[in-house]
This record gives sequence, C-alpha cells and structure tokens, in this order.
Amino acid sequence: MNQQAARNNPVNRVWKFFASVKLSVVVLLALAATSVIGTLIPQNASPMMYMQRYGDTLYPVFKALGFFDMYHAWWFRLLLGLLTVNIIVCSIDRLSATWKIIFPRKINFQASRFRKSKERVEWREGDAPDQLFNTCKEFVSRHFRHVSTQDTDNGTLVFGEKGRWTRLGVYAVHTSILLMVIGGLIGSLYGFEGFTNVSEGEAVQRISLKNSNKKKTLPFAIRCDDFSISHYESGMPKEYRSTVSILKDQEAVHQADIRVNDPLRYKGINIFQSSYGRIPEKFTIVFADPGSGIAYEKQASLGSRIEMPANKGTLIIEDFRDNFRLRGHNIGDSFICRIKRGGQEEDGQTGNFFALPLNYPRFDRMRQGDFVISAKNVDFRYYTGLQITRDPGVPIVYVGFAIIIIGCYITFFMQHKQICVELRGSREGTDMMLACISPKNRPGMKAASRKVALQLQNQLQSRER
Amino acid sequence: MITSSGIFSIITFIYGLAVVFYAVSWVFKKELPAKLASAATVVAIAGNLGGIILRWIESYQMGYGHAPLSNLYESLVFFALCTATLYLYLQLRYKLRIVGLVASPIAFLAMAYASLVNSSIEPLIPALQSNWLIAHVITCFIGYAGFAVAFGISILYFIKAGSSKPGQTITDKIPHVDMLDELNHQMVMFGFLFLSAGIITGAVWANQAWGRYWGWDPKETWSLITWLIYASLLHARLMRGWTGRRIAVLSCAGFIAVIFTYFGVNLLPGLHSYQ
Repeated sequence: MNQQAARNNPVNRVWKFFASVKLSVVVLLALAATSVIGTLIPQNASPMMYMQRYGDTLYPVFKALGFFDMYHAWWFRLLLGLLTVNIIVCSIDRLSATWKIIFPRKINFQASRFRKSKERVEWREGDAPDQLFNTCKEFVSRHFRHVSTQDTDNGTLVFGEKGRWTRLGVYAVHTSILLMVIGGLIGSLYGFEGFTNVSEGEAVQRISLKNSNKKKTLPFAIRCDDFSISHYESGMPKEYRSTVSILKDQEAVHQADIRVNDPLRYKGINIFQSSYGRIPEKFTIVFADPGSGIAYEKQASLGSRIEMPANKGTLIIEDFRDNFRLRGHNIGDSFICRIKRGGQEEDGQTGNFFALPLNYPRFDRMRQGDFVISAKNVDFRYYTGLQITRDPGVPIVYVGFAIIIIGCYITFFMQHKQICVELRGSREGTDMMLACISPKNRPGMKAASRKVALQLQNQLQSRER
Repeated sequence: MITSSGIFSIITFIYGLAVVFYAVSWVFKKELPAKLASAATVVAIAGNLGGIILRWIESYQMGYGHAPLSNLYESLVFFALCTATLYLYLQLRYKLRIVGLVASPIAFLAMAYASLVNSSIEPLIPALQSNWLIAHVITCFIGYAGFAVAFGISILYFIKAGSSKPGQTITDKIPHVDMLDELNHQMVMFGFLFLSAGIITGAVWANQAWGRYWGWDPKETWSLITWLIYASLLHARLMRGWTGRRIAVLSCAGFIAVIFTYFGVNLLPGLHSYQ
C-alpha cells in the first residue's frame, strides 16, 4: 500500500517522467526534426524578403511560430530545456546503481557465467593443476585488477576484472553536454556579437549588434589604418588584411593585422575580418536636361543635399550599394537617391528612392524626371567589415568539447571486462578453460578470449623451459 | 609522368572491379573472386592514398601548397579512401567478406561521382586557410565512412532478415542477423565518435575564423541533425534494448542525414557551399 502511494506521488511521477530514456529519444528526434525548418527558411532575414517569399497567408503563421528565428523560439528552447532536465534527472537516477557496481563492497564472480559463455576457449595442458596455478594467477593479475581465486572439486578458478570505472564514461558525456549548455547560456547572457564597418583612417567605438537594432559602445575605439586585398594569379582572393589600432582616449595602445582565420583578441573582445567594401568619398553628379541636352555638374559626397538647377527640388544622396539589385537584376555599383520638392515636408520614409548605377549613365532616363541624373568621377575609399564578439562562455564550452570526446571514447571502446581461467585436473593433466566476458557482450570478445588464451599458453610453455 | 587525377581514374576502375568480384563471389559462392576482390581493394586503397599524397605534392609544385582536402572532389576521394580502409579492416578482423559486397559500391560511387566534378587544384580562399581545415575534414570524413559502412550493414540486415528460409539461397553467406546488428552498432559508435570530433573541430575553427562556435548555419545544423539521429539510435539500443530492424532503420535514416549534410546543404545558402 505504501509503495503504491509512493508510486502515485506526483513528485515521483514527474521524476519518473524525466528519468525515462523514452523521453530522451523522443526529444532528440524532435530536435532533429524541427531543426530542419531553420535550414529551409532563411533565418533573421528582413520582413520584406519573408513577405515576398511566403505571401500574406503563410507569413503571419510562420512569424507567430517563430520560424524566422526558430533556434531562439520559445518552443525550441523548451525542447533544449527538456533535454537538459532529462539528462540531469537520468544521470542522477542511474548514478547510484552504477556507483554500487563500480565500488562494490564485495566482488562476486559466478563461474557458471563463464563456463556457459560462447566466448570460452578450451585446451589441455600436460601438467597437473597445482603446477600451473601460480603462472595462471600471475598472468591474470598482470592483465587484470581485482584478482581472486576459488577452489572447485577438482581444480581451481582464477578470476580477474578490469575497467569498472569505464561505466562512468557515459556520465562524462552527459556532464559535457551540460557544460556546453551552461557555456552557451553564459555566452548569450554576458556576451555579444556585433559588427561594424570602419573606413581607412577612421575610428569606431559604437558597433551594431547582430539580429537587433541595438548599438553597443566598446571600451575602446578601433581604427582602420589600412585595408588590403591580394589575389592569386587566377583572380581568386588570397588574403584580406586589415591593419587596425586599438585606441584609448584617442591614443593607440595596440596595433595588429587582422586576417580571416587570424583575429585580434584584445581584453576578452575578439575582432574578426568579416567583409569589406568601398565607400564613395567624392564624386560628381551630372544633371542633363532631356530637352536641350545641357548638362550641369555638381560636386557631392554621401549624404549630400544638392539643389537641382531651375529650382526643381533637392537631390539627396542617401546611400551607396555594391552590386545593387533592382527587380532581380544586378545593376552594379549604384547610388540610392531621392528628390525633395520645395515646400514639401521632410519625410525620409515616403520619398521615392531611385538608383543611379555608375555603369549606366543613361539609366535615369527611364524615370522621366526633370533631369537625367548620373554620377561620375567617383573617388572610392575602402572600409573593412569587422565582426566583434565577446563570449565568456567559450572556455566552459571547450572543456565540454574535450570531455565529450574522452567520454565517448571510454563509453564506446573501453569496457568493463572480466576473465575466468579454470584449471580442472584430469588423468592426462589439466583441462583448461578461459573466457573473457564483458557486460556489453561485444562480438570482439571471442577473438579477445582467443588472444588472451594464446598468450597464456605461451606463458605456460615458457614456464616449462 | 602520371598525375594524381590519372591515378584516381585507374583507382575508380579498380574499386569497380572489386564490386564486381564481390558480387560474383556472393552469387556463385566461390572463394577465388572474393580473394580477388580483397586484393583489388588493397590495390585501390594503396593507389588512393598514393594519389592523395601525389596531389598534395602537385599543389606545392603549383605554388599553392595545401592538403588535398579543400573541395568537393578532394573530399570525395578522401571519403572513398576512408570507407574502403574501414571495410577492409572489418573484413580482416571479423573474417566477413560480405561487408565488402555492400561497402565497396559506396567507395566506387564516391570515386565515380568525383570524376564528374571539377578536379582542378585551386588555391585556398582566405576562409579555408587554417590548420583546422585538415583536422575538421579528416574527422568528419572518417565519421561519414563509419556511417556509410553501417548503412551497408543495415542493407545486409534487411536482405538477411527478409530471406524466408535458410539453406540453398544466396543469403546463406550473410552472417547471422545478431552479428550484423552488433556490427551496425559498432560502426555507428565509431562514426559517432568521429562525427562528434568533426563537429567540435568545426566549432573551434568557426570560433577562430568568425568569432562564434555555433551559428546555426545550414551545414552546422544538418551535422547536428545527423548527430541527434545517431544519438537517439545509441540511446534506444543501449537503454531501451532496441535491436535489429529498428536499429537498421535508424541507421539508414542517419545515413540519409549524412548524405544531406554532405551534398544537400550545397543547395542551401551558407558558408559551406563548396562552389
């Protein structure tokens, strides 16, 4: 009755639920299945792109389900949390039993298990059991720990055992997973992942954070002293290199070259070469009158506001893009502009943006505006795209990495092994039986038994000489 | 002077020959073709390894100097080497020629596919210029080879388990289902260890190159999916006592994930698309 009550106790039931390996298998497969979604739907892209791709009906559904950032969605985190709790409860639940096996008060061997095992090897020696016994015992104790002997009616049994501790391997693996989870959590709580573009000669201290609109101020400024690209003869890129200086109170305290695969680590903050680009510094804007063909030229830079001839409005150079795509076509390097008419309210959102591709000066005719606008004589300056991260969880994750490999190796390839050598006296001498068994009962055990038997036979022979 | 590509063409043919010999030996229950098949495998492995070393030397002669593990072609060639070496080892260790029957076609197909893709030696782009490249590719592909052999054994399992009665059929040569089940498990464990190491070396490298050890890039995610499938197989087997058919099914599912991780992800956007 008491036992029944204990079984129905809600705490016990919850414990049992989390201690079940069925749950582990279900959660592992559920994680595998749901992870596929995020590889088919691009993650953290712009809402525009999702609208285009999935339309009015699917977009809100996917958005509600968190598919656009699914690895951070509540339900995916719930699955990860479930797995974590499952691992912890399972390990605690089974550890006490394993502990008793690894550190028993008394080791018991059952001769029948060895005598019946398929792995056993049998042969005959010419000498009597007591002449062989010492060599056998020595042999077993050389290869195994925990050696014990037992007398039978007509001979002796020598038992040996080793590798009990290898049963702890699986706990190492589970601990390593927990370490990775903890390290990951620390990283997401106390770390950051940001990026910034720094043009040559400039310094930046405020960077943008990834997947959010937030900014972050670094404890130092990063100045790009130089950026260079080198190419192989075939034209493939060989090296991207940024020479940067770390500035504190406008003063350079450290200088280093950053290359792909060769970041700068400074005071726990890592700076990586991530991309590069060009920004137009100075250029000329040409306004051509479509009727008369007369051209007016004006000097401009990014963000310039240029009064158009004949009071036709103000041209604002908003942006510059490498390989700008317009309705699916790549029109190359382009300025993005808009025109503000006199008297109208300033409104950055509603203005009609249009592109001025450098390669096609007559492109703007299609707009059929007051002027055909184009850009020329562009002076470019390189900027380097840097990724800037801090992740204090990394050392813990790395310890997890090391432990999981060691743990998997122990769990898979080392085993708790037992050996039994039986010496049975007979008229012709001694009937020998040797068996190596493992609780995991691998097919290799037969071969292992043969190998060990052969070694023992050699040993027994050399004794005679 | 023979080039590495020339060697690989010959090797592809020899792997094909091994496949034929294994098949003939199985169907006609003859010993000689099985011996020829093993010999062909040994020759192919030697040539495969020699070719890789030669290609490495060639890349130095061209002035690029990098281990031949940098693109789809080179990875396929290395995958064939790993798979063939692994099945030859199993064959010798457990005296099971039948493993070659199902594993040699995988090595052959990898080489045949390699002959269809761009085989020129290219210099390394900046993202690949790292010592982690070698550790990452080697561990991943040894793991894939383990899973490939496990997949072959699973197929053998289905054939054997599907055969109605023993005696006088070609399925007699296939070892007992328990043996196949155990071998399948062994190969999955082997693959799992190396896949784990592959994912980890990849993560450490990613942290070195991009500042994050895990970014849910499609290739990373698919390698994790593969890892999760095999992890569930190991748990189902060790803790729930699953054996036989269900394990073979999971092993096949895992290998499909491996194939997708390897080839399918190239169709998705990400850092690992080889082209």
